[in-house]
Amino acid sequence: MTTTTTGTRPAQAVGTAHTRVEGPDKVTGAARYAGEIPFTELAHGWLVLSTITRGRIRSVEDAAVLEMPGVLTVLHHGNAPRVDTGYTGMMGMSPDPTIAVFQHDRVPHAGWPVALVVAETSEQAREAAEALVVHYEEEPHNVTFSGEHPDAYPAPGVGGPGVTEKGDLAAELAASAVVLDAEYTTPEEHHNPMEPHAATAHWDGGRLEVVDSNQGTLWVANELANLFSLDPASVRVRSEHVGGGFGSKGVRAHQVAAVMAATVLARPVRVVMTRRQMFSLAGYRSPTTQRVRLGADAEGRLRALEHDCLSLTSTVHEFVEAGAGPARVMYDAPAHRTANRLVRLDVPSPTFMRAPGEAPGSFALESAVDELAEKCGIDPIELRLRNEPAAGPVSGLPFSTRNLPACFREGARRFGWADRDPRPGVRRDGRWLLGTGTAAASFFVGAMPSTAAATAEADGTFTVRINASDIGTGARTALTLIAADALQVPTDRVRVRIGDSDFGPAMIAGGSMGTRSWAWAVTAAADALRERVALSDGIPPEGITVRSDTTDAVGALAQKERHSFGAQFAEVAVDVATGEVRVRRMLGIFAAGRIINPLTARGQLTGGMIWGISMALHEEAIRDEGTGALYGADLAGYHVATNADVPLIEADWVDDPDPDDPVGIKGIGEVGIVGVAAAIANAVWHATGVRHRSLPIRPDRVLTAGPHA
Amino acid sequence: MKEFGYQRAADVSGALALLDADPDARFLGGGTNLVDLMKTGVERPGRLVDVRELPLDRIESTEDGGLRIGATVTNSDLAAHPDVRRNYPALTQAVLAGASGQLRNMATVGGNLLQRTRCGYFSDVSKPCNKRVPGSGCSAIEGEHHNHAILGASDHCVATHPSDMGVALTAFDAVVDYETVDGPGQLALTDFYLPVGDTPHRETALPPGALITGVTLPPAPVAANSRYRKVRERASYAFAIGSIAAALDVQDGVVRDVRLAFGAVASRPWRAHAAEQALTGGPVDAAAFAAAADAELAAARPLPHNGYKVTLMRNLVVAVLSELAEEAGR
Repeated sequence: MTTTTTGTRPAQAVGTAHTRVEGPDKVTGAARYAGEIPFTELAHGWLVLSTITRGRIRSVEDAAVLEMPGVLTVLHHGNAPRVDTGYTGMMGMSPDPTIAVFQHDRVPHAGWPVALVVAETSEQAREAAEALVVHYEEEPHNVTFSGEHPDAYPAPGVGGPGVTEKGDLAAELAASAVVLDAEYTTPEEHHNPMEPHAATAHWDGGRLEVVDSNQGTLWVANELANLFSLDPASVRVRSEHVGGGFGSKGVRAHQVAAVMAATVLARPVRVVMTRRQMFSLAGYRSPTTQRVRLGADAEGRLRALEHDCLSLTSTVHEFVEAGAGPARVMYDAPAHRTANRLVRLDVPSPTFMRAPGEAPGSFALESAVDELAEKCGIDPIELRLRNEPAAGPVSGLPFSTRNLPACFREGARRFGWADRDPRPGVRRDGRWLLGTGTAAASFFVGAMPSTAAATAEADGTFTVRINASDIGTGARTALTLIAADALQVPTDRVRVRIGDSDFGPAMIAGGSMGTRSWAWAVTAAADALRERVALSDGIPPEGITVRSDTTDAVGALAQKERHSFGAQFAEVAVDVATGEVRVRRMLGIFAAGRIINPLTARGQLTGGMIWGISMALHEEAIRDEGTGALYGADLAGYHVATNADVPLIEADWVDDPDPDDPVGIKGIGEVGIVGVAAAIANAVWHATGVRHRSLPIRPDRVLTAGPHA
Repeated sequence: MKEFGYQRAADVSGALALLDADPDARFLGGGTNLVDLMKTGVERPGRLVDVRELPLDRIESTEDGGLRIGATVTNSDLAAHPDVRRNYPALTQAVLAGASGQLRNMATVGGNLLQRTRCGYFSDVSKPCNKRVPGSGCSAIEGEHHNHAILGASDHCVATHPSDMGVALTAFDAVVDYETVDGPGQLALTDFYLPVGDTPHRETALPPGALITGVTLPPAPVAANSRYRKVRERASYAFAIGSIAAALDVQDGVVRDVRLAFGAVASRPWRAHAAEQALTGGPVDAAAFAAAADAELAAARPLPHNGYKVTLMRNLVVAVLSELAEEAGR
């Protein structure tokens, strides 16, 4: 750490490095994941996915399969329980019809769930599922995504309205001394958390119990209650340990299918997705085609900014990859226009994937800013500092804090930016051309209402219950530190229990808002408990429990632009004879609120940066236009960065406590990946003199682009 | 996943008898490819005959100064063997460029030669593929093929052979030794893989039921100055998009002996005879290297999205031969 973070409260544990409280359980195997928790009488379901991309199911030939060893049932549209999809879920969206499995005979995309085969063992279920013959009436499909879609439409989403505009774009562009107009593309990308999606459903005395791997148990419980028309109190979902989610672990076909089968068979049923099934059923990041137009005066001050982002969604569900979002926060101009547009194709529904919108959007915008700096002959950091907005470019609202310049200054100092020769293509180390690049990062932060319960136990320890999710981020540990400080006791006297929908409403692990939202509720409960304990006459055997609810406090927050920021730096080596690009070192400096646990925070930020390397150089799901399905949908075909691709990498932060948060937290879940791909692409330009505007920067693309601009 | 039987063979004749008795049986080496394909349903054997414990795990010098490598020698042991490292360094480099440490500990020399293509259409049973289901069509030619073959392919299949090891063995004139119930046999590695033609599902010239027992490397002084370079889409744990095994012997500024083989460009490790011929007896400079590469690559028939491989292989020939020439000159 370069500076110590200061909060608004006395801190003992918060801000100090703490290993994960469940770490020993995880490394010894004692921590059980959803797919490995034992149940008596457990049956295993195996999903059967469509082999066509568009059409109708004519028949499901289940008779032969029902005769196979161990097979208990085959659920499909002809016999499955009906579900209700006419509701608005916890995330303010209608459910993706993909989760309403086996309700009709339509197939809207490749890999659509058409049946569930349930058997005594997982192997029997799989063999029978693979033997199940499904006849289809196939219709022509269209899965081709390009910049040319006359039927594309502006679409609002989580990122705000579809279109924002002010000023006269054409006039300002015409009056600009320097103009940049470029198109950037990013491919379809998939989350691939290490732990696959897995759920076990069973009925327990009239109550539906689901053991699952998800990012929010109440989210899943509410959706299941809605789908199956159940009293929300009669559904309990638990998710103790989660091996990664990244946006993909909400409500998915496997949970719904497991509940259906458990209902039909009256015994516990487990459904686990294969890696290949995850490529169809777990959501993904839409490809994007983005056009950025920038106009600046001779000093690099923006007069015009336009960012248009086209993404795709399925024919059954609307999800917008809001790539134009960063422009609404990062840069102002007298003429300013942003648009998120959408086209519907015969593809699976995309979803939230780490830094939705910002990850692909920042690639285009931060590449364009670098190109503008080159055209202006101004250092790219200096150009960004000259364009720091005083208020939200679209909203006009003040920023809660905006310490982006501090990130750039600290990053430039530590990266050695001052010595940089701006000329491209002039540094060599053997067969490698070397270059450096930088980019800005931002991600929206906020808080959502949450509840918590804090109990003073008779033995002098404390138990905190909150329906948080630890998807690998270290949330359980962070909340332990926060609770210990709020209770003013050492961390070893506090146990934090999470991942159980019975603990009551709380924010999901998502949107970089989990830790802040939960910490608020935990702090409020702990404060109230301390007061209660101080006034009480000893602790009774059942302990003293106090509950908190932050709905009013969060609702009273003033309207502001609230974001985490960062400056990403990368050095790359490029062999233009083979097209290989290797990252040699990376540095990310962030202004992301008060950092609770430097150990896990650094892991989360560098994890995002490593994913950014993957995004820049490796990740690309290739949709086969002939079949409409993915080509090479496994981790041999879909490349993510290996250890050998990850160089010397550092993440650090500047002091940036959020003044409106009781603990000073902002959020660090997403910002680590933002801007990385642009920093790497900018470094590749600096190394070679060639701009790469399409990700990933694969060897064949480097070779095809040639050695010079 | 289909249920299957499993038996471990104690000796070569026992292994051959087990396979001969069951037309649905397959030999199992390290299982690093076959088991994956069984999981995805590409391979559905009824029985596995495990040959990994057969006494074929030794590397021995031959009388003429070459090496005989047993079929069950693991990739790790092959790469680490002192004679291999000293006399055929490109072979060690090739093996170490493949897979991961864990996989190399399991994978065998025999299995490595018989591994199947990593074409994404071949490994996905929901898609047409002539190699997997003869006559079903090739999805790659009109579809995704940026990492497919530019040499020796056909209108029926453009898949590549994935082996790194095989590329170095091909450069050094390796011979495959095998046994059948009718007796032993040998095949030069350059004849071991069949032309693609209209039978891409028939990959090798091994007789039915044959068991690879080893690979023999003839002595090759030129191999002492050799190198393997692999280009892939990430730094580790990926199949090549282009690779080269090269050996160079320079005498008085003239190429006295040269070996060149390419990987990831054809259905088999591609011995670059035309390039070798163009180089032998000629000058040692980048222009000659490039001309030799062009001579070999004149036969290339790239598809719309893999033409870069022609450039890549040309650049690799020049780069690696230049490095070897520089080292030979020291």
